[in-house]
Amino acid sequence: MEKKTLFDKVWDAHVVKSVQDGPDVFFIDKHFIHEVTSPVAFLNLEKRGIDVMFPERTVATPDHNVPTIDQDKTIKDKLSRMQVEKLRENCKKHGIDLHDLGSAHHGIVHVIGPELGITQPGMTIVCGDSHTSTHGAFGAIAFGIGTSEVEMVFATQCIMQSKAKKMRITVDGTLGKGVTSKDIILYIISKISAAGATGYFVEYAGSAIQSLSMEARMTICNMSIEMGARGGLIAPDETTFNYLKGKQYAPKGEAWDKAVADWKQLKTDEGATFDKEYNFDAEDIEPMITYGTNPGMGIKVIGNIPSTEGMEGSNKKTYLKSLDYMGFAPGEAIKGKKVDFVFVGSCTNGRIEDIRAVAGFVKGKKKADNITAWIVPGSREVEKLAHEEGLVKILEEAGFELRQPGCSACLAMNDDKIPAGKYAVSTSNRNFEGRQGPGARTMLASPLTVAAVAVTGEICDPREVF
Amino acid sequence: MAYDKFNVLTSTVVPLPTENVDTDQIIPARFLKATEREGFGDNLFRDWRYDVEGNPKKDFVLNDPTYSGKILIAGRNFGSGSSREHAVWAIYDYGFRCVVSSFFADIFKNNCLNIGVLPVTVTPEFAEVIFSAVEADPSAEVEVDIDKQTITLLSTGQSESFDINAYKKENMKNGFDDIDYLLNLKEEIVAFEKERR
Repeated sequence: MEKKTLFDKVWDAHVVKSVQDGPDVFFIDKHFIHEVTSPVAFLNLEKRGIDVMFPERTVATPDHNVPTIDQDKTIKDKLSRMQVEKLRENCKKHGIDLHDLGSAHHGIVHVIGPELGITQPGMTIVCGDSHTSTHGAFGAIAFGIGTSEVEMVFATQCIMQSKAKKMRITVDGTLGKGVTSKDIILYIISKISAAGATGYFVEYAGSAIQSLSMEARMTICNMSIEMGARGGLIAPDETTFNYLKGKQYAPKGEAWDKAVADWKQLKTDEGATFDKEYNFDAEDIEPMITYGTNPGMGIKVIGNIPSTEGMEGSNKKTYLKSLDYMGFAPGEAIKGKKVDFVFVGSCTNGRIEDIRAVAGFVKGKKKADNITAWIVPGSREVEKLAHEEGLVKILEEAGFELRQPGCSACLAMNDDKIPAGKYAVSTSNRNFEGRQGPGARTMLASPLTVAAVAVTGEICDPREVF
Repeated sequence: MAYDKFNVLTSTVVPLPTENVDTDQIIPARFLKATEREGFGDNLFRDWRYDVEGNPKKDFVLNDPTYSGKILIAGRNFGSGSSREHAVWAIYDYGFRCVVSSFFADIFKNNCLNIGVLPVTVTPEFAEVIFSAVEADPSAEVEVDIDKQTITLLSTGQSESFDINAYKKENMKNGFDDIDYLLNLKEEIVAFEKERR
C-alpha cells in the first residue's frame, strides 16, 4: 500500500476533483471569518446574485480591529465600527453563526475555534488570515486565504488549490528550564529563514513536540507562516483528544468514540517520504528573541546581533536597513537593551496557559518603571479563566494593564499602538516595520521572556530572573 | 470578480530591490478598514512612500518621476506575511499588472493570480539583469508574454521563461476567475459535502 504522510491523508480526503495541469478543487470543512477580510467577499457574492452554499460551515467573530476597552459601548472609530456592523449584517443575512463582541465566546478567531471544539483532527480549515495555520495543531490542514478565496468558499465551499510540497521538522529531546514552544518556533525560523518553508506544508514531529500541551502546539503551528509555509500540522494524540473531549462542538457519546478511532489513523505512515526534512535537538534551544524586521531574524537572548561578514549586495543593504529601523548595530549584544512596552496576547500567545506563565513569573514582583505592560486575553473564555484563577489580580498588582479580547497591538489596527521609535517586546508573531504602529520597534519573544523583561525593564534572560 | 485579460504586456519597470517586502509594507493594517474594494492604490507602500505628516518621501521609488510603468520588480521573498488580498488590490489599483521577483511568498502569489496581477518568478541572475538595465536607463522596456511564458528585456533581447500552470494561464488570458469554474461543479460539490457529514 502507498505510504502516506498525515498531510497526504487529510489532503486526499478533501479533493473533489483534480484539474489537469492545474490545481485541485479542494473542499473546506470549516471556514472562519472576521470583519476585515470578509466584507468585499460578501459584496461580490451579492453582485453575482448568489448565496452562501453551506452557511453552517462558516463561523464568524470580529477580532482584528475591535477596541480592547469599553467593548460594551459603540465602537468610536467610524471605519472599524462600519466593518463590525457589516459583519453583523452579513452574518444575519446569510445565516452564519457570529460570536459577537461581548458574547461568551467572543475572541480572536484562532483562539475561539479550538476553545469551542470547532477545530478537529482531519478537517480542512481556512480563514482570510495567515495565522489560520494555528489549527494545524489538531492534525487539521488549516491555512490562510485571500478575499477572492473567501468568496469561493462562501459560493461553493471549495477553493482551487495546488497541493504543497511536504516538509517534516523533527525536534527531539527535552526542553531546558525557561524554554517554551515559542522559543522552539523562533529557533526553527532563525535556522531556516523567513522564506525557508515557502511552497511547503510542514509536519512537526519528535519527542519535544509530542511532549507539548495543545496551547503550546498551537503557538508552533501558528508561526508556520513566518517561515513561508502555508501551514503546519501535528499528528493528533491523547493530548489532542483530552483537550477536545467535552468541548461544546466536539462529538459526544458514540460519535466521540468513532471520531477518536478515526483520528487515531491520522499519522504519517512509517516509510512515507517528505520533500524536505530538518532535525533539531531540543537541548540546543534557549530563550529566543528577534532583533530585526522579519521573524527569521532571531537570536538567543544571550546572543549577539549577527555581523555583516559574508553579506553583500541587496542582501547586506536589506539587513542594514532593518537594523537601522530597529536602532541596533551589527555585532552588539541584545541583552541589556532598554525596552518601553511589553505586549502579552495575540493568536500566538494569548491563551490561558500563556497568561498563567506570565502571572506565575511576575507574582509578587512589580514591572519596571520604564515599562508599559499590556495583557490582552485571546478570548472572553481566557479572560474569564484568568479572573477565576486569580491571575488578573496578580498581574494588576504587578502593574500590568488587562484589556479586553482582540488582536490588539499584534497588528495595531485599533488604538493599541506602540509609539514611533519605542521598543516593544511582544508575544505576537510579526516584527515587521510598523506592524505594531508606524515606527514601532518590535521584538518577538516567549511569554516567559516578556514577563522577565517587564520586571527588569530591559532585554534579559528569563532563566536569570527569579 | 472578473478582471482585464492579460496577454502581452510591454512596459517600463519600477525597481524596488529590497528583499523580504512583507504585506504590512505593501499596505499597513490600519488601511484595511474599508468594506469595499476601492482606493487602496493611494496607500500602496504607505509608510515608505509618505512621512508621518503625509508628505511624499523623496527617496522612495514611487515618488521618483524617473521611474514609472505597469511592471514592478522587487527583491526576493516579495509579499511575505499576512494573507491580506488588499496588498494585491493596492498594487493593481496603483496601476501595476505584473510583479517580477526571484521569489514570491505563497499566499501573495495566489492572491495575485486570483485578481489578475501576473506574478513572474525569474532567476536571481535575470532579476539582476533587469535591475541593472533599469538603473542604467529608466526608459528600458520589458515585455511579458503570458502565452509564450517569456519575459524579455527589449533593449538587449535577453529573455527567460517563467512557470504558470495551464489552468491559471487560461484564466489570466481570458479574465476568468475561479468562481466561474467552481460554480459549474455545484452538483459534484453538493454530493461530496453530503458524504462528509
